[in-house]
Amino acid sequence: MRSRLGLRAVALGYLALLLLLPVGLVLYRTFEHGIAAPLDSLTSSDGAHAFWLTLEITAIAVVCNTVFGVITALLLARKRFPGRAFLSGLVDLPLAVSPVVVGLALLLVYGRTGWFGSWLADHGIRVIFSLPGMVLATIFVSLPFVVRETVPVLEELGTDQEEAASTLGASSWQTFWRVTLPAIRWGVGYGVVLTTARALGEFGAVSIVSGRLVGQTETLTLRVQNEFDRFDLTGAYAASALLAVMAISVLLLMTALERRRRRTAT
Amino acid sequence: MLLPLAAVVDKAFAGGFSQFWDAITSPQARAALELTVSVSVVVTLINVVMGTVIAWVLVRDEFRGKAFVNSLIDLPFALPTIVAGLTLLALYGPHSPLHVDVAYTRVGVALALLFVTLPFVVRAVQPVLLDLEREVEEAAWSLGASPALTFRRVVLPSLRGAMVAGAGLGFARALGEFGSVVLISGNLPFKTEVSSVFVFGQIENDNVSAAAAVSVLLLLISFALLLLLSLVSRRDKH
Repeated sequence: MRSRLGLRAVALGYLALLLLLPVGLVLYRTFEHGIAAPLDSLTSSDGAHAFWLTLEITAIAVVCNTVFGVITALLLARKRFPGRAFLSGLVDLPLAVSPVVVGLALLLVYGRTGWFGSWLADHGIRVIFSLPGMVLATIFVSLPFVVRETVPVLEELGTDQEEAASTLGASSWQTFWRVTLPAIRWGVGYGVVLTTARALGEFGAVSIVSGRLVGQTETLTLRVQNEFDRFDLTGAYAASALLAVMAISVLLLMTALERRRRRTAT
Repeated sequence: MLLPLAAVVDKAFAGGFSQFWDAITSPQARAALELTVSVSVVVTLINVVMGTVIAWVLVRDEFRGKAFVNSLIDLPFALPTIVAGLTLLALYGPHSPLHVDVAYTRVGVALALLFVTLPFVVRAVQPVLLDLEREVEEAAWSLGASPALTFRRVVLPSLRGAMVAGAGLGFARALGEFGSVVLISGNLPFKTEVSSVFVFGQIENDNVSAAAAVSVLLLLISFALLLLLSLVSRRDKH
């Protein structure tokens, strides 16, 4: 009994010192001198621009990765083809690659001196230091989640219902919309939430391909560092607090979805 | 996805293998790499112990607010890494209310890595622990084994696979971590500069081939690790 209490104290103490206190302190520091200063920083034109840019990039990345993720998951779970194991490993790749390396990789392909650099410049397309590059970086790092959450659900589901639908005359498109998609919706939903969290918080890769131009290519995470480097702690804390609130909302959503999914599974 | 990574490899070897070798063995690159690997090892060991303890408490203990603590574990996954860095700096930096200042030290780097890799071991061990039959432990107990002996001989062997898997994923994450380290470490070359920050610095200084060389090395280590993990898990299944 005593050892159990001891373990509990160790575990909770560790979590408090590592997670809860630091995050709590940042929220406290943000509003220490009232809500006006952090609010001003966030509603300034640069702050608001960073917020909307973050949402825009996240929205594009989430839509792309959801569509791609469901298609890839269907391929991996339903089809047998050469290179299937390779594709499966490839999908997990972004989890093992440092975001800085991702940024460098995009720079080497789409940058001024990169593989496609001169072709892009000739056609007046800017990828690096502008929105397309930041979107690409975000898509890259948040790619695995929908696939990883959807494949096991598809495998567990089996093909009985789909076969029944097609025997009854449904086209493959109808089967997908009416049978498969409703059955996997919680898995996909969970993947989408994880993708959103990763996309909102991406820093390393975006930092390299964006150039961190204030008011132009500055997302919220980049703003945290920019403001910190400029010794504007209020601004850095304000952007951090906003991101932390977004992260906590995502977390709550995850918990709710997980509960929902478990209920439908049983 | 493959194309950009191919470009990195291409760039790393554009000047031949000797130039690649020179880039990764330059004193600053080597110092960064040694620091990255050694801190990641320490962090992984702490994660294995603390992660298992936390998983144990979450599965076997009952207390108020357990559901809250359980969802707290995922916070490092959800919180942007740069925010994680800033929060740690606020509590353990120059203006620490606890008067603990580890900013610009290796302890600070380790702290940042501990924060971001916390969930891996916990989330790997937790489901295994949930499935574990308690009867076996109770049998060991009633046959006179002490709690410590029961844990070592009965519980630990079944958790080992999950611990290794979680530790491996956490280690791979720690090797490439950037956002949380960048503020708290101060990025002092030869002292607190980790490899990912080194790569970032080389890109900023237009020394892209050195950045690519170290990147390739990091990629190789992560791949080798993931390969090893999948081999180990496959062996465990048989």
